Amino acid sequence: MLTAIITITLLGVLFGLGLGWASGKFRVEADPVTEQINDILPQTQCGQCNYPGCRPYAEAIARGEAGINQCPPGGESGIRALADLLGVEAVPLNPENGEQKPKAVAVIDEAICIGCTLCIQACPVDAILGATRQMHTVIESECTGCDLCLPPCPVDCIEMVEKPRAPEEWTWPRPPGQKSPAGIPAVPEGSQ
Amino acid sequence: MQTHLVNEARHAGERLHHFHGGLRLRHNKKISCQVPVEKTPLAIRYFVPLRQQTGREAEPLVRTGQSVMKGDPVGRFPQLGGGYLHAPTSGRVTAIARHPNSHPSGEEGLCVVLKPDGLDRWGPLEPLTDWEGTDPGLLRQKIRDAGIVGLGGAVFPTGVKVGEASERGIHTLILNGAECEPYISCDEMLMREQPDTIIHGARILQRAIGAERTVIAIEDQMGAVNASLTGAIKRSGAAGIEIVKVTTIYPEGGEKQLVQVLTGLEIPAGGRPTDLGLLCQNVATATAVARAVSEGKPLIERIVTVTGNGIRKPRNLLAQIGTPIANLVDQCGGYAPGAARLVLGGPMMGYALASDSNPVIKAANCILVLTEDDIRPPQPEMPCIRCGECARVCPAMLLPQQLNWSIRNGLWDETTDLGLAECIECGCCDFVCPSHIPLVEWFRFGKSELQILNAERQQAETARMRFEARESRLENLKLERKQRIAQKKRALGDANEKQEKIAAAIERARAGKGGEN
Repeated sequence: MLTAIITITLLGVLFGLGLGWASGKFRVEADPVTEQINDILPQTQCGQCNYPGCRPYAEAIARGEAGINQCPPGGESGIRALADLLGVEAVPLNPENGEQKPKAVAVIDEAICIGCTLCIQACPVDAILGATRQMHTVIESECTGCDLCLPPCPVDCIEMVEKPRAPEEWTWPRPPGQKSPAGIPAVPEGSQ
Repeated sequence: MQTHLVNEARHAGERLHHFHGGLRLRHNKKISCQVPVEKTPLAIRYFVPLRQQTGREAEPLVRTGQSVMKGDPVGRFPQLGGGYLHAPTSGRVTAIARHPNSHPSGEEGLCVVLKPDGLDRWGPLEPLTDWEGTDPGLLRQKIRDAGIVGLGGAVFPTGVKVGEASERGIHTLILNGAECEPYISCDEMLMREQPDTIIHGARILQRAIGAERTVIAIEDQMGAVNASLTGAIKRSGAAGIEIVKVTTIYPEGGEKQLVQVLTGLEIPAGGRPTDLGLLCQNVATATAVARAVSEGKPLIERIVTVTGNGIRKPRNLLAQIGTPIANLVDQCGGYAPGAARLVLGGPMMGYALASDSNPVIKAANCILVLTEDDIRPPQPEMPCIRCGECARVCPAMLLPQQLNWSIRNGLWDETTDLGLAECIECGCCDFVCPSHIPLVEWFRFGKSELQILNAERQQAETARMRFEARESRLENLKLERKQRIAQKKRALGDANEKQEKIAAAIERARAGKGGEN
């Protein structure tokens, strides 16, 4: 009887110590859910979700403060991916946050630009190049199309232009055909 | 690289093996093999498309109004090893304009429009007379500069392929003459008529990549080909070149399928034959290599099969790149009554062209004109009944019915896991599907979507990195400013203290003085 109690207690202490040591040794710094949410977000950094960037929004979702339907650039597919990850119901995009638009890039009319640097300060991804009283220009490949440079411009010389498609970016069109009912696990299409 | 697999692959061609699936199709090759290959006469105008291979369009190297000699470079590709495009004949560049390009998109593309001067004069040629004494690196350079691409259909730049292969170490060169798609006979005619050039090209390629031996794979139904190639090997006196006859099953001419037949080894997903120490080249590519090295001539022409029930006199033509397809059709007696569809490529993998004003491109191995009777009446697509026929015939051992499901529903992760990237778009699944589901169309669409998705992910990743870099920079700036202010305050504080001390000392001194007084 006594041996059993001592053995169990000892084992308990031993495992307790082991777990305690492991929790310190293998500590995960960031919240992994935040990371996963952030990976799904389109990283436009546009702030339409009412958070100052994609990561803060991801953190807010992880804390349960924000809904998953506040990201217009992510669109329906983004909401679906978030719903899958978090195990919640997919909801339509909140119209208060804006609507999904085709991808665009900012273009500065360099003849009108006065070189005030306000847009440079507004750009969340440092995609605008220029200096005080020098011409500014957008690095097209880095622009996420977030629209954040539009409001600060005092001379309205920035325009959002839809990205033209290069010939090598041609893709095969979707064949005409029915989409299978989504959300149902793969069952034979003809057996319903 | 796994050494034991590479060693096993050294026995390529000694014993034949099987690959999964495939179809035995009606060949329909004989109709275009009745007469020898004819050269096309000079066209009134040539349209050389600047887009001939994957990646970006070539940058034009000529201006409107400029005179060019036959074989002069007219364009340079900015990607994939920077290959060149060459003028198909001598003449004047009348425009660099948009023209319908021979591409599945049916879109217009920039073309160098060339008006021949009728003299067909070559520019200065620089052949390598002593190719056996030439550095392999120089041979590879020559191949790249001649604008040679894989003429089997993939049009991947041969210079790049050969360059990568020589770095990896290749023991066996496989020349692919197993032209398995119905109707197409350009490689068969080439092997019949120019066996010496092929063997010559094989020897040059062998030297350029440092391979020990060459295996030429032909189909067991090509009787005349075997005799002509054997004769050519004897004449050349070269050792280490063998001919292997493989059974005709579509798509045996696929690179991975051919390697499997010859070695019994499967190339792993995402891998290449170079992983096994093998390099596959089409026989037509080998002739282009021979011309480039020994005659100094760039790739400006290829053999094109013009065939189908919609053509009066089907045959093979040696056509210049940029010749309008209508010229080729005219040379073959024009369209037969009932001609309904113009296809570039074979019946399994080709795509329909909107017009015969499209030019011949480097990838054009066959121009197929089908009649109304040939085209299967478009049957309504029915739901998948899960019969599994598609999986049985898939040479890549995929599950087409599952892929179809996941692509239709946009389940992209699942699609990737199911191995969509390994699909060679051979069309076998399409062919056998009893529900007439256009499976390959869906797979091509799926591949496009995945490509877009990956590009978007990559863009998001750079945006995230730039955003985080900016955040940390702003944070640092803020911190620095705070520190500066703190320092100033401290300095100010110090100054105050000093002042106070001085004041106190003065005070004390005064007090002392006062005391003394």
